[in-house]
Amino acid sequence: MFTLIGRRLVQLVPTLFLVSVLIFSLQHLLPGDPALVMAGEEATPEVVEQIRKRYNLDKPLPVQYVHWIGGVLQGDLGESMRLRLPVGQLILQKLPVTLQLAFMAMAIALLIGIPAGVISAVKRGTATDHAVNVFALAGISTPNFWLGIMLILLFAVKLGWLPASGYVSPFVDVQRSLATTILPAIVLGTAIAGVIMRHMRSAMLQALDSDYVRTARAKGLHERTVVWKHAVRNAITPVITLGALEFGTLLSGAVLTEQIFSIPGFGKLIVDAVFNRDYAVVQGVVLITAATYILMNLLADLGYILANPRLRT
Amino acid sequence: MSAATEPATVSGAGSHDHLVDSPRRRVWRRLKARPAALVALCVVVVIVLAALLAPLLAPYDPTQQSWTAVRQAPSWQHWFGTDEVGRDVFSRVLYGARASLAAGVVSIVIAVIFGVPLGLLAGYVGGWVDAALSRLTDAMLAIPFLILAIALAAFLGPNLTNAMIAIGISATPIFIRLTRGQVLTVKAEDYVEAARAVGNPGWRIALRHILPNVLPPLLVQVTLTIAAAVIAEASLSFLGLGQQPPMPSWGSMLNSAQRFLSNAPWMAIYPGMAIFLTVLSFNVLGDGLRDALDPRAK
Amino acid sequence: MRHLTLAAAIATAMLTAATGGAAAQSTLRVGLAEDPDILDPTLGRTYVGRIVFASICDKLFDIDADLNIVPQLALEHETSEDGKTLTIRLRPDVKFHDGEPMDAEAVKYSLDRHREMDGSFRRAELTAVESVEVVDDLTVQLNLSAPFAPLIASLTDRSGMMVSPKAAEELGDQFGNQPVCAGPYRFVERVQQDHITVERFEEYWDAENVHIDRIVYRPIEDSSVRLANLQSGDLDLIERALATDISAIRESGNLELAIVTELGYQGMTLNVGNGAAAENPLGQDARVRQALNLSLDREAINQVVFNGEFFPGNQWVSPQNQWYQESHPIPERDVERARELLEEAGVQTPVVVDFMVPNNPETRQVAEVIQAMASEAGFDMQIRVVEFATGLSEAEAGRFQAFMLAWSGRPDPDGNIYSFASTGGPLNYGRYSTETADAALNEARTATTFEDRKAAYAKFADEWLTEGSVLYLYHRAMLIAHTDRLEGYEQRPDGLVRVVGVTLE
Repeated sequence: MFTLIGRRLVQLVPTLFLVSVLIFSLQHLLPGDPALVMAGEEATPEVVEQIRKRYNLDKPLPVQYVHWIGGVLQGDLGESMRLRLPVGQLILQKLPVTLQLAFMAMAIALLIGIPAGVISAVKRGTATDHAVNVFALAGISTPNFWLGIMLILLFAVKLGWLPASGYVSPFVDVQRSLATTILPAIVLGTAIAGVIMRHMRSAMLQALDSDYVRTARAKGLHERTVVWKHAVRNAITPVITLGALEFGTLLSGAVLTEQIFSIPGFGKLIVDAVFNRDYAVVQGVVLITAATYILMNLLADLGYILANPRLRT
Repeated sequence: MSAATEPATVSGAGSHDHLVDSPRRRVWRRLKARPAALVALCVVVVIVLAALLAPLLAPYDPTQQSWTAVRQAPSWQHWFGTDEVGRDVFSRVLYGARASLAAGVVSIVIAVIFGVPLGLLAGYVGGWVDAALSRLTDAMLAIPFLILAIALAAFLGPNLTNAMIAIGISATPIFIRLTRGQVLTVKAEDYVEAARAVGNPGWRIALRHILPNVLPPLLVQVTLTIAAAVIAEASLSFLGLGQQPPMPSWGSMLNSAQRFLSNAPWMAIYPGMAIFLTVLSFNVLGDGLRDALDPRAK
Repeated sequence: MRHLTLAAAIATAMLTAATGGAAAQSTLRVGLAEDPDILDPTLGRTYVGRIVFASICDKLFDIDADLNIVPQLALEHETSEDGKTLTIRLRPDVKFHDGEPMDAEAVKYSLDRHREMDGSFRRAELTAVESVEVVDDLTVQLNLSAPFAPLIASLTDRSGMMVSPKAAEELGDQFGNQPVCAGPYRFVERVQQDHITVERFEEYWDAENVHIDRIVYRPIEDSSVRLANLQSGDLDLIERALATDISAIRESGNLELAIVTELGYQGMTLNVGNGAAAENPLGQDARVRQALNLSLDREAINQVVFNGEFFPGNQWVSPQNQWYQESHPIPERDVERARELLEEAGVQTPVVVDFMVPNNPETRQVAEVIQAMASEAGFDMQIRVVEFATGLSEAEAGRFQAFMLAWSGRPDPDGNIYSFASTGGPLNYGRYSTETADAALNEARTATTFEDRKAAYAKFADEWLTEGSVLYLYHRAMLIAHTDRLEGYEQRPDGLVRVVGVTLE
């Protein structure tokens, strides 16, 4: 068990290395010269040249990479060209915001998704099943930014119940913090709830038909015990994996939602950086989200193993 | 669509049910028993037909502007109203189906063609192949989907085909990972152990015993990923990396509509509904197929 | 990971705790269309950044409602006979936010910083300045290499912003994260992409006219969400509202709208000499460019895309501007004439044009209308939407035949034309280059009277507006919407938000 965890931790190294190479090369393959973007309306040749020099853009790519990764290994993620701030500082500013939103969204998704999936599988083929299904599918099938704008128009403009956008930290005012994050969390959560519900249902159907459930039933166990203790325990495995994967994407995937609600999180940071070709920021944020994501995967795999004893070898 | 029909021909093989009729017919019989799936199938067929027959069905040229009829509300002349330069929204929704469907289907085909075999390989062969593939998959999955798609599409050049390729490549790792995960689970099942004990060759076990069992969760993933792909196409169009004007896609229509939500909501409602309906239908259909294909289902 | 999260959470808590609990004060909440870049007058380069500077950094000069140059930190100025020295008398008893005196030494320091600092974006505006001399405590003298008429106008913008030498020395190129200037408001804090807070500076030279205690700037990119925030009362003022939302703002009852014509323009840059893409009829034959020009109905573009709220234009300044050349009015659409011109030029129709369009919904819509208009005259404008960063590189490299380009505008006409039309101009993406145009543009720079300068521009316009590489289309209306609780708000033509003299109920 411990050797397994150790092995997985060791695997982190090549994966992160691959991520760093992938994101670095992808980014530099993009058309567009960051020095020109930086200079904008003031792009005289001297200014552009100076920017290139300052950020080592005049050096060959491998040199730039070594320069960057060397800094990263010493804990220096580089400097934002646009804001002239250390990338590490920017990330520290955004991380709590994004984590809060991700946890809220995931909580909403799990609270809706798992019971809905179980009920739908148990009541397979009934009207309840169909209704739950349609609800889940509606969540998946609605484009995020559309739902977001609709919610703003309804709850902020028409009803005036919630602020239209912005963000307040829970350390300042818990109530206002919830008020500013509940709509985006709903937008993100309902989409994932659908995914989770469908996987839960799918897995439950397999579990309910499996030999061990049949055995449990044959033993005369109460149906509720069979469903919740035996079937759910086995069915939840793929859902754990999925939940972890979705959580990883929440860290940086809330791009349009963060944009619409003006939530200053990772998604907004990274998209602005991509548009401005702010290399260090894109690289730094992707590296950090990737590391988090990989850790989530590790946890998911451990879940797999714990729930599926036969793999414990 | 090919991803959805292919498994029907092989699925029965892995089952130990009594084969009273051919697998294909049995799937169809089961599917027929699900009205929701049938309705969804009809909707999908209608949408596909609408896309194919758009030139015959559309009352107007989807690119014909009319500057005296800008942002007009739906009427008998323009069922879905007109857009910001006076084009007929109904005609544009019909033509837009082409871009969105193509984006959904082509990118999935790409992802499945690359993802499933690699996942089978990684899961079944194991060893260093698995290690190498898993690291690459982990790395790709760790990079946010949209960022990966943006980078690839920007690199390939801005047009619809490249956007589809970019979405397909970005969606591939999730198929590798899911297939591999399922293979690992199935590999431990008794009947696979039994097949191995009897001395079946590896490829035969992979194809006849493992693949069919891997298919149902994959199919669920396919339907979900079509949704993601249609929405990814919208995002890429927004970034100027998808469909180029003046031809419409639902994504680009939604994006131009964004500015007029309060004074011309129909510009957003109809393409939004088209996306919603398409994605919903694919999902319901996939769901029905999943039940119908399940070798153990009664 | 855990530790990192915890540390971050604590950091945010402390950061935000420091700013909370100021309820009794009046706070103006401003919605910006973008997140500003660095708040250093020497390094700043965005329009939206100038809106924030307007409250924290006073300038030597300012512009009034009619675009006249008026003193701000300066009291008066004098240009020598030969036009090569500019003497500026400064306002006495002015303090920077850190209490340092805003005197001649500080002005010299600031101007030298603009001129010499590594990575300065102000250098081009100040190239004519050879040296800055301190004459006495409150007098500086700028020595120029040649007369340069646009100089004073530059001093109404970031080049004229004075920074505290002490703070600038201490902070170096990090100054923008803690700017210390001499404006009516002091910088308090900034959370990137979330908000910028400034508070009233008690020792401001005109403090009795500053009535609002705090201003919070919040970037909200989506214009409908920005408006929704204003409507729901979460913001008090928004900049750059959409023309298509004007009726909604007027009907809302408790909102007011300020409209001015922008100083900049929206136009189409044509590639006449930048690489292989220029080797085609559009790039080589002025008649083909004229045909394209005549195929456009500028008023129709305005009506269709902007509800008729913007201002059609055909020059680098708007028709209301004093520098507008009346002898070149906005051309009427004439498709017949356009077709004739194409025939005279002997080109095969349709003329295929690679039409690069930055990815902005309004610009894209304009491009689609242009595409439809031009097709009637025999052009096939193939739209290629590119994101902003890609567009700049493509333009620089000459990989376009037509390119939709917006310019935010400068108070002096030189700032709207020189870099775009002179040989080697950094924004001359079409690489237009003639000796006659260069001569006329330089004459407009060195001439000292309004009449002489305008006459020089008249010569230039005769050439540029018939053969040049930019087709001007329209000037945006700068739309500032605000709550009616805001009293005394006055909009200047640069679109910036000035709060001196304004009260909030």
